[in-house]
Amino acid sequence: MTRGERHIVRFQPYQRAMHLVLFTSFLGLAATGLPLMFSDRPWAGTLARGLGGIQVAGVLHRIFAVMLLALFAGHLAELAWRFTRHKEHGLLWGPTSMIPQPRDAAQMWQHVRWFVGKAERPHFDRFTYWEKFDYWAVVWGMVIIGGSGLLLWFPEFFASFFPGWIYNVALILHGEEALLATGFIFTIHFFNSHFRPEKFPMDMVMFTGQVTEEELQSERPAEYERMARDGTLETLAAPPAPGWLSLSGRVVGGAAVVLGLVLLVLILVGTF
Amino acid sequence: MLAARFVFAVGALAVCLLAAAPAAAQTPAAPVNDDCLACHGDSAAVRANGSSVAVAADVVAKSVHGPLTCVSCHAGLATTTEWPHAEKVAAVACSTCHGQEGRNYDDSVHGRAVAKSGLAVAPRCSTCHGTHDIQRPSNTGSSVHRAKIAGTCTKCHEGIAPLYAKSVHAQPLGPNQSAAAVCSDCHTAHRIQRGDTDAWRLSVIDECGTCHLQRISSYRDNFHGQKTTLGSTRTATCSSCHDHHVILPASNPASAVAPQNLVATCRSCHPQASQAFVKYDPHADKHDAARSAPVYWTYRLMQVLLLGVFAFFGAHTLLWFPRSYRARRERRAAAAAKEDSSS
Repeated sequence: MTRGERHIVRFQPYQRAMHLVLFTSFLGLAATGLPLMFSDRPWAGTLARGLGGIQVAGVLHRIFAVMLLALFAGHLAELAWRFTRHKEHGLLWGPTSMIPQPRDAAQMWQHVRWFVGKAERPHFDRFTYWEKFDYWAVVWGMVIIGGSGLLLWFPEFFASFFPGWIYNVALILHGEEALLATGFIFTIHFFNSHFRPEKFPMDMVMFTGQVTEEELQSERPAEYERMARDGTLETLAAPPAPGWLSLSGRVVGGAAVVLGLVLLVLILVGTF
Repeated sequence: MLAARFVFAVGALAVCLLAAAPAAAQTPAAPVNDDCLACHGDSAAVRANGSSVAVAADVVAKSVHGPLTCVSCHAGLATTTEWPHAEKVAAVACSTCHGQEGRNYDDSVHGRAVAKSGLAVAPRCSTCHGTHDIQRPSNTGSSVHRAKIAGTCTKCHEGIAPLYAKSVHAQPLGPNQSAAAVCSDCHTAHRIQRGDTDAWRLSVIDECGTCHLQRISSYRDNFHGQKTTLGSTRTATCSSCHDHHVILPASNPASAVAPQNLVATCRSCHPQASQAFVKYDPHADKHDAARSAPVYWTYRLMQVLLLGVFAFFGAHTLLWFPRSYRARRERRAAAAAKEDSSS
């Protein structure tokens, strides 16, 4: 096996499964929620009817919501497990942490300077600043959309704790934050991860779980050097992903991207 | 003398009959109004059972149909040859001229009651509009003039009269100080539907909205209204909260939306509704800081957040794209060079 052909595992199967559940529930929530948000647009009625009527769309919306909330709870449990049982204290700080650090600000500035040819490409580690932004956007979205969604789902129960106008606020928060989340994922995340010329049409790493050693070295040199030093480069080395996995990744991921773009068009048509 | 007269009469009749014979074989001339009034003009004219068939010529002349002939409406008699005509004549078909109104009526609860259910008491055109005295709705003498509609409808819908009389809609506000809203403003004139059908519950929202412009827009912008727009009937329409015939302003203590009655009103759908629960505003307006300050500021804050995120990452993406494109070409060139040197 030549060096260029060696593959390195970046995401474990359970992490890829979580991403699969994440985007499935996210797309489901978007497709079943957007008709209500844009109820005065002609396409909203068509989409709601296509989903089996607005009542059915509402039930589906809650099913996807439970799916996403369960995933979020599962992720929190995973983090607690990794932190306490596996003593992965690097989750809090350091090169593999999702916590934003001064290095991220510096790399963002350097990256923008690289865009305009004024600096070298930053030596990214395991998670870049834009990936951390994606991650925290999901956490923020879970709190804002998930929280306001639960309020709106059980209004009578929560009225024991809050005044009724909280539902007026919750409705605005839920819709506007959903616009932010869907708009961001379907444009910025799609570009950063899939559509930028170096990755176009699709970065398969979240589906196959692996990158070539060459790709890792050129895109995340800091991580590559760290892995070479501590020996994880050897333990995480793997043969190329089997053909069926790449193919199903392309089909499922491609379908998700296309659905996202369709929803994006509907949002744009509805907004402007 | 008498015999001579008899002979003359018979002879004259024979001459007439002979002269008329060729004409009778052709279509007879339709009777003109005077022909009809020869009998019906007599105020004492009655059917065999004693009911009146008298027509006041001056009333017909003053009606909106004054320029028409009797047989324009009583079209079945235009070709009748036997006089006096049979007691049973074809019903007047208003839809011959008023086609759209006729089609709307046929599809209404009134029209279906006549045609499908065979209800003798169900209203026909003349029940509301009158017959020989028919007038335009704009004419103050018309039974369907704004000032008279409520009286006309409540002739049958007796029980609604006292409810409507109490409502804010019965107060003078409309053109010429007529009632603010009369029956037909909400129920339409000819497309009247049963009040308990889903189609009606959803469509009447827009009828309310034709006058309550701001309220319809804020309703459509909130949860109940968004759902009804998409056809859900399991959510509040206007009348769910505001009642229908006894519609009263919130300032009236008897109103369903008076502050002290809100809990009871909301509980008709939300059984656990509490004092805190009813602080929800189904007509909150995100553009109106005076009415809905928390909503207004939440919306403004979210707009700033959205604008900020998309402006930053939009610029980020626009700068990244050309650089990424160059990086892709550089990588391909490097790979090609490596290929060349190794071959």
